[in-house]
Parts: sequence; structure tokens; C-alpha cells
Amino acid sequence: MLEIRNLNVKLEEEDKVILRGVDLTVGAGEVHAIMGPNGSGKSTLSHVLAGKEGYEVTEGSATLDGADLLEMEPEERAAAGLFLAFQYPVEIPGVGNMTFLRTAVNAQRKARGQEELSAGDFLKEIRARAKQLKIDAEMLKRPVNVGFSGGEKKRNEILQMAMLEPKMCILDETDSGLDVDAMKLVAEGVNALRSPGRAFLVITHYQRLLNHIRPDVVHIMADGRIIKSGGAELALEVENNGYGSLLGEVA
Amino acid sequence: MVRPQENAAGADRLESLRLPEGGGEWIGAARRTALARLQAQGLPGRRDEYWRFTDPASLTAAEAPPAAVFVDPDDTRPFDSIERLRIVFRDGVFDPAASDDLAGDGIEISLLSDAAAADIHWAKDLYGVLEGRGQSPVPRPLAALNTALAREGVLIRVSGRVGRPVSLIYLHERETSDALLHHVIRLEPGAELTLLENGPAAARLNKVMEVEVADGARFHHVRTQGRDHERRAHTHIFARLGTESRFKSFTLTVNGVLTRNEAVIELAGEGASAHVAGAAVGDGRFHQDDTVFVTHAAPNCESRQVFKKVLRNGAVGVFQGKILVKEGAQKTDGYQISQSLMLDDDSQFFAKPELEIYADDVACSHGSTTGAIDPEALFYLRARGIARADAEDLLVLAFLSEAIEEIEAEEIAAELLSRLEAWLRRHRR
Repeated sequence: MLEIRNLNVKLEEEDKVILRGVDLTVGAGEVHAIMGPNGSGKSTLSHVLAGKEGYEVTEGSATLDGADLLEMEPEERAAAGLFLAFQYPVEIPGVGNMTFLRTAVNAQRKARGQEELSAGDFLKEIRARAKQLKIDAEMLKRPVNVGFSGGEKKRNEILQMAMLEPKMCILDETDSGLDVDAMKLVAEGVNALRSPGRAFLVITHYQRLLNHIRPDVVHIMADGRIIKSGGAELALEVENNGYGSLLGEVA
Repeated sequence: MVRPQENAAGADRLESLRLPEGGGEWIGAARRTALARLQAQGLPGRRDEYWRFTDPASLTAAEAPPAAVFVDPDDTRPFDSIERLRIVFRDGVFDPAASDDLAGDGIEISLLSDAAAADIHWAKDLYGVLEGRGQSPVPRPLAALNTALAREGVLIRVSGRVGRPVSLIYLHERETSDALLHHVIRLEPGAELTLLENGPAAARLNKVMEVEVADGARFHHVRTQGRDHERRAHTHIFARLGTESRFKSFTLTVNGVLTRNEAVIELAGEGASAHVAGAAVGDGRFHQDDTVFVTHAAPNCESRQVFKKVLRNGAVGVFQGKILVKEGAQKTDGYQISQSLMLDDDSQFFAKPELEIYADDVACSHGSTTGAIDPEALFYLRARGIARADAEDLLVLAFLSEAIEEIEAEEIAAELLSRLEAWLRRHRR
């Protein structure tokens, strides 16, 4: 599903190389985790895949079901089925959460040549999805992420993911700033969306989220490349020994 | 000795002014007093403190600069779907055929032209009076000129709760029209009125509206100034608010080479509340100026000024807003915000927020910002599949929302929002 080949990325504004030849293949139905110390390039990878400005791809490719992601506008990537759950969801005063989601859902449906959801159908669906994530009606009415707690923001990201039904979900440090209960809720939301046609790339600094979202493959990223890949046990190794020993091992 | 050109032209203009002839003694006296005020003040010039950001030359010139009549691609007008009492002016002239019957329960409406011919009229206590009070400490010569010369307008007295809004519709039909309109509105104690205004009025419009909101009365005002790109308008609202009264005014400005809206509001009775808000969107040759002066003269009053401007392609926005809290106006709650959203690097926003406070137990806050569309928010929306242009429009409307929320009637707010959306779509790059 997601194919990344020798991806090299630098900052547009300065000569700082961040990704140095990332190779990654995520198949349909799989859950991959990327772990790594701060500054290893994990978040940059997610930004570049989603199409954030400020980065320059100097080499390599990234495709989603064969379509060249790097040639697309961010909205085209979303319509193609890519979803990024933000590490820091943006507050947008003046735009109601519900309006935002309905605009997004219908924009994607339109881009895919599908009919727009009626107001009634949309409402029915969002209510059901919100309930699963313990998001109350009040939160749906409020402006996007404004005044939301850290946990509420992350649950709101998962709600958007549920409503948009992407095929490739990237979760950028979704566990950061969450207490155990909030993390469980988020993980349940993610697990409920697991399906044979959908893949996940879970970016995290800590192993604890992976207790709740069981990955098929764990990759360790350091200094802009993936230095080691393995099964779920690799995450436990990080948890027990830290990144230090792994980094040393490879060097 | 050669006098500066500007003063010479201004002095000649003042010399040449002739008051309308005839009419009752009451209006004659008001006009003569106003003319004397104007002659004492002189016409405004670029060097005057409150005209530094807006050039008054085209407003003070003897003749109105011509303005092409704009044909709207979708020819619907605001408030068409609302049940209302319509009063229509074409280039500043009342059109009885297009207007509704002016009689109604709890409301008394007359035309200034009729009232002026009468020996006596209730408007005597207000015509030129509130305008006169509003001339200090900041002179407003073009309002005095209006009081002296205006021949038309509506005089509305409300004694109860009026079911349907009164809607003043201004049509611009001649390229060289120069309109002076003077309205007087009095809400008796406990009365309630919604006043709607829309339309470009004329190539050049000078309008004064004096509003007396008596104790416990409520006045809602929503107006749109749009359509014609080349029109000019200088409007004034002078309001005096009684005890526990409510005053709410919202203005949407789109298009127009020059619009200056002045609001002079005096919270005279305890516990009164005044909200003045505006949203302006301009693309290209657009200059829009909000000049607001709110005086807290009684304790326990609340005032809000919320002004938002979206500017693109050389458009200019001006905000001059003052809160004056007089001695003894304790527990004043005053708020003022003026913000501009620049959609490119070519536009300009000038802001002059002022607070002057002579009471010690008050809460007043003011803020002014100018900025571009937030790239983080834009990316967030696009990452969810919303196309760039749609995402930008969404963020522009979000920026304006704090001002639009000041409109009390939801159906009116919704209509203006959809008009703004249409405007934004037409003005995409």
C-alpha cells in the first residue's frame, strides 16, 4: 500500500538534511510502528507524506497504491486515502467542528466522484462515531480544537479518521500528552478501525502505546533513516534498554 | 498672500452653501444652527487628526465624483426573504411606489420632507440635537453639513414592540447622484425595533442617523453596504442610550472606493449596553474606515466594538475607535477589538485604538492585530481533504465570525454569511 524508497529530505529554508534514505513498505491490513529518539526524523517523515510545506525532497519516492504522493497537493493525498493524525492538532477559532468535518468528508467524496452525504446521514454517522470515542455533542459544536484538552484533541483526530475512512493512517505521536485512560480510549478507537483494507503507521517515542495498538512490524529510526526493523518484541527491547544500546549496536 | 489650495476650495464651498428654503420654524432653526457649527469648524482636511488615514477630498468636493452603476451577477438583494416594511430611496429620493404603506401599529413613520413643511414635529427634540452633542470633543463637520442641507430621510417613532423590521433600501441609478439623507429614530421606553439598511444609495452618500433609545428600549440595526465598486459613502450614527437600554449595530461593507462609517454613542443611562460591529471585505480599489466613539457617561454600562477587515490587492482598512469613560461611570465594561486579515502584501490597515478613563473601578480592554492566513490552520484543513481555495475561504469566514456573531437574528446572520461566501468565491485569485 505505502511504498517509500530512498527518501531524502532537507529543510527548504536551510541546508539541513533530515531524512537520509528512508525505505519502508507497509502492506494492506498491517500496522507498522516507527520508534526513535527525538530528532530522528519521525515526524518529518509524516509531514512529508502528508504534504506539509517547508520541506524539499532531494531524492527518492513515496507512493500510495502506486500513485506518486509527492506530486500531489495535500488535499489530493487526503482524497487518495492518506490520513495524518497530527501530533499538535491545530486550533481554528470560528470554524465549528461539525462544519469542518462535514466540509472535509464531502470534499473527499466529491474528489472521489461520490455523492455528498446528506446532513441527516452525516449527523447520524458522526453521532455514532463520537459516542464510541466518548466525544459529547458539545465538543462537536465547539470551534475546531479550541479549548480542547490534550486528550480531547487526540480523540478528535481519531474521530476525523473514523469519519474520513482513509486507507493509510499515519499517527504522529498520538500518545504524547495523554494519560493512561485517554490513551486507552484512543487506542480502542484505532483498533476499531483496523481492517484488511486499511494500514497504519504509528509514530511514537514510547513503547506504551504499542501495548494497546499491537504492531506487526516495528522500525527504529535514527538520524534520518531506519536502522532496524523487527516484530513487536523490538519495541519491548527499546522499553527495557533505551535507544542507546540499539544505536550503538548499529554504529 | 496665497492661501493653501485646500483651504481656499473649502472656504469657497462653505460660502456657496445655501440652506433649503421654506419649511417650518423648527427645521429652519436646526438647519441654521448646524450651518453655523459647520462654518465654525470648516470642512475636514487631511491634516485633521481623525482624517489622517482617509482623504476627505472626494467627500467634501462640491460635486460627487461619478460612479458607475454596478450590475450584480446574481441580482438578489439582501433581506429579500425577510418579512419587513420597505422604504425605498432612489439616489436619495423617496420612491412611494416601491415602498410599503408607512402606517403600522406601535410605529409612526414620516418623511423628513413632509415633517420639515410642518410647523412642529416630535423630531424637533432630536434633529440636529444628537448630532450636535456628538460634535465634541471630535468635530464631525460633514454631519453638520448634512443636518443643514438634508431634505430627505425618515423619522421613526416607536412606542411598542414592532413585529417586522423596518427596511431602508437605497438604490443607486444615476452615475452622478449625490445623496444627503437624515434619519431620526426615537424608541420610547420599552420599545423595540429592528432596522435594516442596504444598498449603495448614490454615487456619493452623506447620511446621518440620530437614534434615541429610551429607558429599557432595544434597537437592533443591521446594514449592508455593497454592490457598486465606485460609490462613496460617509455615514454617521449618533445614538443616546437610556437606562437599561440595548443598542446593537452591525455593518457589512463590500466594494466601494470609499466608505467611512462613524458611530458616536453615548451611554447616558445606568446599565445600558451598546454593541457596534463591522465586517469589511475589500479587493482592489477599496477604502473602508470605521471611526467609533463610545462615551460611558453612566455607571454599570457595557460596550463592545468588534471590527474585522479582510483586505486584498491594495485595499485599505482604517479603524479609529475610542472608549471614553467619564468620571462617575463606575463598573464600566468596555471592550474593543479591531483586526485585519491581509490576503497579500499589497494591502494596508491603519488602526488607532484609544482609551480615556476618568473612573477608577472599570474594566476596559482593547486590542488590534493584523496578520495573514495561518499556514498551520490552512495545512490542517487541506490535510483533511479541503481544497486550498475552499480552506482559505473557510478561514476568512472564521476570521469574520466574531463580528458576524454580533447580529442577533440568526436568519440574517446566515444570509450575510452566504453573501460573504459568494463574494469570496467571486474574488478568488
